[in-house]
Amino acid sequence: MSLQTVAVWVVVIGVFLVTVKPLGTYIAKVFSYEPTFLDRPMRPIENGIYRLFGIDPSKSMTAKQYATALILTNFAWIIISYVLLRLQGHLPWNPEHMTAVNPQLAFNTATSFGTNTNWQAYGGESALSYFSQFGNLSFLQFVTPAIGGTMLIAFIRALSGKKMGNFFVDLVLMCTRLLLPLAIVFTVLLVWQGVPETLAPYLHVHTITGQSQVVARGPIASWESIEHLGTNGGGFTNANSGNPLENPTPLTNIFESIMMGLVEVAFFYSLGVMTGKKKLAWTLIGVAGIFYFAMGAMIYFPMHAGSPVVNALGLHGHVYRVGTELRMGTGGDTIFGMSTMGFTTGSVVTAHDSALPITGLSFMIGMFLNLVFGGFGVGLLNMLMLVIIAVFLMGLMVGRTPEFLGKKIEAREVSLASIAFLLHPFLILVGTALSVALPVGLKGVYNPGPHGFSEILYGVLSGAANNGSAFAGLGAALPYYEVLIGIIMVIARFASVIAMFYLAESLLKKKAVPETSGTMRTEGLLFGGVLTGAVVVLNALTFFPVVALGPLAEHYLLMAHHLF
Amino acid sequence: MKQYLKPLIGVTLFLWVLLGLAYPLAMTGISQLLFPYQANGSVVKIGNRVVASAIVGQYFNQKGYFWGRPSDTVNATTGKPQPYNAANSTPSNLGPTNKVLIENIKARIAALEKANPGLKVSQIPPDLVEGSGSGLDPYISPQAALIQIPRVARATGLSTQYLHTLINQATLGPQWGLFGNRVVNVTELNVEIYKARHG
Repeated sequence: MSLQTVAVWVVVIGVFLVTVKPLGTYIAKVFSYEPTFLDRPMRPIENGIYRLFGIDPSKSMTAKQYATALILTNFAWIIISYVLLRLQGHLPWNPEHMTAVNPQLAFNTATSFGTNTNWQAYGGESALSYFSQFGNLSFLQFVTPAIGGTMLIAFIRALSGKKMGNFFVDLVLMCTRLLLPLAIVFTVLLVWQGVPETLAPYLHVHTITGQSQVVARGPIASWESIEHLGTNGGGFTNANSGNPLENPTPLTNIFESIMMGLVEVAFFYSLGVMTGKKKLAWTLIGVAGIFYFAMGAMIYFPMHAGSPVVNALGLHGHVYRVGTELRMGTGGDTIFGMSTMGFTTGSVVTAHDSALPITGLSFMIGMFLNLVFGGFGVGLLNMLMLVIIAVFLMGLMVGRTPEFLGKKIEAREVSLASIAFLLHPFLILVGTALSVALPVGLKGVYNPGPHGFSEILYGVLSGAANNGSAFAGLGAALPYYEVLIGIIMVIARFASVIAMFYLAESLLKKKAVPETSGTMRTEGLLFGGVLTGAVVVLNALTFFPVVALGPLAEHYLLMAHHLF
Repeated sequence: MKQYLKPLIGVTLFLWVLLGLAYPLAMTGISQLLFPYQANGSVVKIGNRVVASAIVGQYFNQKGYFWGRPSDTVNATTGKPQPYNAANSTPSNLGPTNKVLIENIKARIAALEKANPGLKVSQIPPDLVEGSGSGLDPYISPQAALIQIPRVARATGLSTQYLHTLINQATLGPQWGLFGNRVVNVTELNVEIYKARHG
């Protein structure tokens, strides 16, 4: 392990460690409606908007009102986005004369960006105008993570016995106090390192060998920063962060890896501040951290050992370079990979479809668990869902009614958490089974053998985890997959949230029970251990069969030099 | 339902103007002001002719130029191979147990052996025969550049010593001595060779 490899990891993880407390405290302040430094420029404008459109910021919503406002708003955006994509040819900022996006692709793209998935069945630089990129999809890359953030904040408020708050106010705060200021800073950093930011048409190059080359450019840096900050992951171009135009240097690779986790990790600390349980926050950070590092190991070591079949050719060196960009180094590829799959961003720096089987499995694990810090807001929400299940399991073991944050966890709460938990594997396994059983599903497979099964599994999984990356050989542009994955993304995003909101309301209504020496502790090493165990066991039981059919089968076949 | 409509419209409009319009346009303005070279795509010119973007690879298969990484990009309309198509970035997406992947690597080894007589397989680094993630990677390893020196020297008449100097000039990294690999920018290297030969 060279210095360059370790240095990248130290910087990214160091930044998380340094920022988690101040940023987490700041977020908690913003969403306790306390004054912060950006109030001065923003407040007057926002208050004007609130007055004009009949929003009373001091009036809290009920859980049902909050969820209704959230879902209505989100669906309105999906519809607007769809219409704008269909009208692309008639809209401004279209120097490359892109025409209308076809109906099923527009449906897939609007739901994909509208659910913070950012699965892409198109190549950005060959299908979309600048306006579609920044005025439509980039806008969604701000507001859809913000929605995820509001879900989390409302849930945390309920957990700590406070009122749910006002959805519209939370949405605005999430955008203006958190995402926008960070996006501005990181955009400048990315441009400094070479990411284009222009409205000029594509660059026409007449090469020294007499060929012509068209280089896609555009307002890439401003897209890139919100793509990662909001754990969105949709690339401006098809190759996403592998493309030197999106990620030109090892430093931009570090910036993008940092952006993906910055707010997600801080959210965990905000939970601690808002509930007054900082030890719980550190426990959960520890649990997510274990999985984060395990994923990193599963990416790095196979890549470094290389493929036995390629190694048998006797080249100079063993490091696996298929589908990777040389400038990042394996250290850079690893930190980006564990971040994009842990934080379920779905942006890619290496070609995931070409990844060695165990590396590919690591990517899948990030999406199976969906709580390795996880997507913007929703990652911690998933973690809390598992916490409730773990608390219940502990209660069973010692034979008493479990409590969490002073509220009794009873049949209703456990049922709701179980529904929310089971939805994820249900969508994944049924979606995969359906696609494998239907000829139209198999038609999308690009690579033969178990890898083809992995492609289908990964695609459905990516939709269900609202991740958005792909084993990109899969024929994602087939109408079957556009519609199937479109539907899965919407159900995955909203159904479990509804269950979690009911859970929040049910907790709010309960009387708090005072903590005694007999209360089961829901923090610290023991609880962290039980929680980790629960995550591993529940997921292993659910997903081992598909893992055995896909990446594991492929791994052992590759070790035996078996090709397809 | 109705109670949500007005706030929904108001907040959406406000956020759209701020995030979908003001943000990208302001960032474009600021970037053009602060870093015009990078913001426009790191354009390399010879005289008035735009010959490259310094951060994007190009397709070189002539004996007189250094070859870059294999590129698997295709034409966006026909789907036919078009290496280093910078308006349609893509990897090969071939899986590790796909025969085609291994056949492609073998074919690239054979092509290198043919173009560089005396070259041994054990001298060829993986980056020169394994396709990149974007199909546009402008970089190769120093080893990949060194083994091509004899061929380029023969084809161009430039001395091996001079080619060594050019390679050193086009070599960068690890960034800040700490991050990423040590790499050679093939696009810039070949532009320098062109300049050396055509004044």
